[in-house]
Amino acid sequence: MELSDQIAQYLVSGLSTGAIYALIGLGFAIIYNSTEIINFAQGELVMLGGMFALFFINFLHLPLPLAVLSAVASTTAAGVLFERLTIRPLKAATPLSLIIITIGGSILIRGIAMLVWGKDTHAIPAFSGTEPILIGTATILPQHLWIFALTLLAIAMNKLFFNYTITGKAMRACAVNKRAAGLVGIDVRKMVLYSFAISASLGSLAGIIVAPLTMTSYDVGIMLGLKGFCAAIIGGLSAGAGTVLGGLLLGVLESLGAGLISSGYKDAIAFIILLLILFIRPQGLFGKAETERV
Amino acid sequence: MRFLNSEILKFILLALFILILPHVAHEGYLLNVLVFVGIHSILALALNLLLGYAGQISLGHAGFFGLGAYISGILTATYSLNPWIAMLIAASVVTLLSFAVGFPVLKLKGHYLAMATLGLGVIIYIVFNEAVDYTGGPSGLSGIPNLSIGTFSFDTDIRNYYLIWTFALIAIALSLNLVHSRIGRALRAIHDSEVAARVMGVNARLMKVQIFALSAGLSAIAGSLYAHTMTFVSPASFGFNFSVELVTMVIIGGLASIYGSLLGAALLTVLPELLRAFQDYDIIVYGLLLIIMTMFMPGGLAKGFPQAASYLRTRFGKRSSPDA
Amino acid sequence: MLEVRKLTQRFGGITALEDVSFTARKGLITGVIGPNGAGKTTLFNVITGIYSQTSGSVHLDNADISRIPAEMLAARGLVRTFQNIELFGNMTVLENVMLGLHSRSSSGILSCMLKMPWHVKEEKYIRQQASEWLDFSGITDLSAQKAANLPFGKGRLLEIARAMAVHPSILLMDEPAAGLNNSETHELAVLIRKIRDKGVTVVMVEHDMELVMDICDRILVLNLGRMLAEGTPREIQENPAVVAAYLGEG
Repeated sequence: MELSDQIAQYLVSGLSTGAIYALIGLGFAIIYNSTEIINFAQGELVMLGGMFALFFINFLHLPLPLAVLSAVASTTAAGVLFERLTIRPLKAATPLSLIIITIGGSILIRGIAMLVWGKDTHAIPAFSGTEPILIGTATILPQHLWIFALTLLAIAMNKLFFNYTITGKAMRACAVNKRAAGLVGIDVRKMVLYSFAISASLGSLAGIIVAPLTMTSYDVGIMLGLKGFCAAIIGGLSAGAGTVLGGLLLGVLESLGAGLISSGYKDAIAFIILLLILFIRPQGLFGKAETERV
Repeated sequence: MRFLNSEILKFILLALFILILPHVAHEGYLLNVLVFVGIHSILALALNLLLGYAGQISLGHAGFFGLGAYISGILTATYSLNPWIAMLIAASVVTLLSFAVGFPVLKLKGHYLAMATLGLGVIIYIVFNEAVDYTGGPSGLSGIPNLSIGTFSFDTDIRNYYLIWTFALIAIALSLNLVHSRIGRALRAIHDSEVAARVMGVNARLMKVQIFALSAGLSAIAGSLYAHTMTFVSPASFGFNFSVELVTMVIIGGLASIYGSLLGAALLTVLPELLRAFQDYDIIVYGLLLIIMTMFMPGGLAKGFPQAASYLRTRFGKRSSPDA
Repeated sequence: MLEVRKLTQRFGGITALEDVSFTARKGLITGVIGPNGAGKTTLFNVITGIYSQTSGSVHLDNADISRIPAEMLAARGLVRTFQNIELFGNMTVLENVMLGLHSRSSSGILSCMLKMPWHVKEEKYIRQQASEWLDFSGITDLSAQKAANLPFGKGRLLEIARAMAVHPSILLMDEPAAGLNNSETHELAVLIRKIRDKGVTVVMVEHDMELVMDICDRILVLNLGRMLAEGTPREIQENPAVVAAYLGEG
């Protein structure tokens, strides 16, 4: 295969994993914007999505669309439960205690998943076959197309929700100024809960659509979560285009790096990018610099 | 000074306890666990200086621990260097490295700092796995020699026990000295109000980086001790999970409490042994412990019992106590 | 002597300070007053290196300190207190004051860990000095208390003791009387005079006019980031522009 063909192939697979990272990253950003919490359990919700899908498809034999919807709903419920049981009861919340408590939550979710589904890797059938489709010189799997389509759909719905519904606008108001939002009668705590619900549903969708490609197990959440966070950081933790671009960029760079440099160090690429961004442009690649207030 | 004497007395009691313990718990298996409690104590202590005193989180300390272990292991197993010199080199390299990397890292705060240190730890972990020529990759590095003095080799559990606890006691004594000095006060001041600390003349940035380097260097010494005690290292011991476990030890033992670090390390080392029947499911217990401690006992075990008692009183009591 | 020359501070499109110049003369108490939003706290934040100004300069005894970071100023004898008292809540009252001696001690991490003789000596000196400043502020009996547990008025006294432990030549106080009752304010006035009598130059932002007129030697009036007037308390009280600014505020 020619180098250019190879690169085309890397781009396809990079963009599809990038889309996954984007969805997870959006989850991070939405929660961060309404609560200033980085939810370390975000990756576990991604894992739960895949695991619930596995359960509904392989054990209950639900038809695919119903199984996907049920898996998203179940994970969303888990996300809401998580917020209710850990974040909300926390009285004197400091950044440190929030980090610790979400890490605790992530360990707990992972442990329970291990208890329920065991330590094996599980496969979920592809949504519509595994017959590769030839586009130019690169081949693309039907599952890739599903990933692109569903990611686009999720991002579009997200956009519509935040821009055109009262609840979405209220959540944006909370992101700008929580106190002021509270003063004009927005129930801030409810908005926090919603942000966990939306993040969980986006994350679970990511976990479901990627599972047929990469398989899933109780511990896939750590890496996926961290990559998603990296996407969000590249995007300056914006709950919009920045993070989506960040995810795609990360996916492509990772895929190119793995293919052209070394597959063993593939996972390191994301973290090196993460560190560089944090050191040099903590406001993200596309964000504006913000003066630090005392 | 009375205060000083009670500190010294506490320390002597601990040292005596450690001295006598093997005579009570001389069973091989138990002794082995106690060796690990010692190594974990040094690590928890190191992290507590950073996390508990200066208030700066690190989710990458397993990486520094691993660096110490691998540098020491490679220098001795592959290049046949004297283990003591290897330990010295490991500690110095890690201290210098973390000092350099500390400047950009500790400029970050809160969640960003957590993620940056996490990233650092994961990168180190990946290197352990991928630099197969040096580290042996995922299957590990074996043939690391024991430490020895002359012909006396630390090659049995009991000898390792005394070796490691000697290091641990020295680390405890030095840390106690440090936290009761102007540096210790400055660290706690940064934790409470960085702006006020700076106005009082504390160079917060430099101080944070220094304590980060000290903490990493101490972890590297623990790593070196680990390598020479086990005579085998593999990446699995230095992953993200272990970093989280270290944070758990510090939180459970008590932030900004030297003896608390020991308590946390002991509990989290012994607990998995007790939970052995549940095999890998002990991680559920860690998760629960972290959540419960953060919610109900933020001061950890060292300060937690009075706190928890007062919480329960105000929650379920007749609300008679006015302080809250 | 503290000299501020043509200081301007902008945040984005907002001008918080514009062309402010004044001199706090040695051994005097200078009050900075003005309606809310006049830029008083911003002025302090710029002088103490917490913000870096858009233009202009700050001089301490004729040395330009405009670009010197906050943590280096204590050693040069400039220190401040905060509007909402910034104590180290988890430390004892004594330890808080001991921290004030940070810039006047120098033991590094290693000598502290190894308890080197010079460090032990230094520590003894720090402890002894700190207790003297506790005494000076009249809070010796509280020395073993956790700072977070102090009532607000005592916290204010502690903050002053801590600042004095730095041995400042200039002490900036941001609304020292805020949150104090009458008798506490009276106590504070006595303390501030005591500080001035030690030769320390005091600059204070304050809303309590009675206190300002009572103890200040010079007064600077800011309004909307600009200088409105400067002079003795009597001159300020008779200045029609000042009266207008205050009445205008309602």
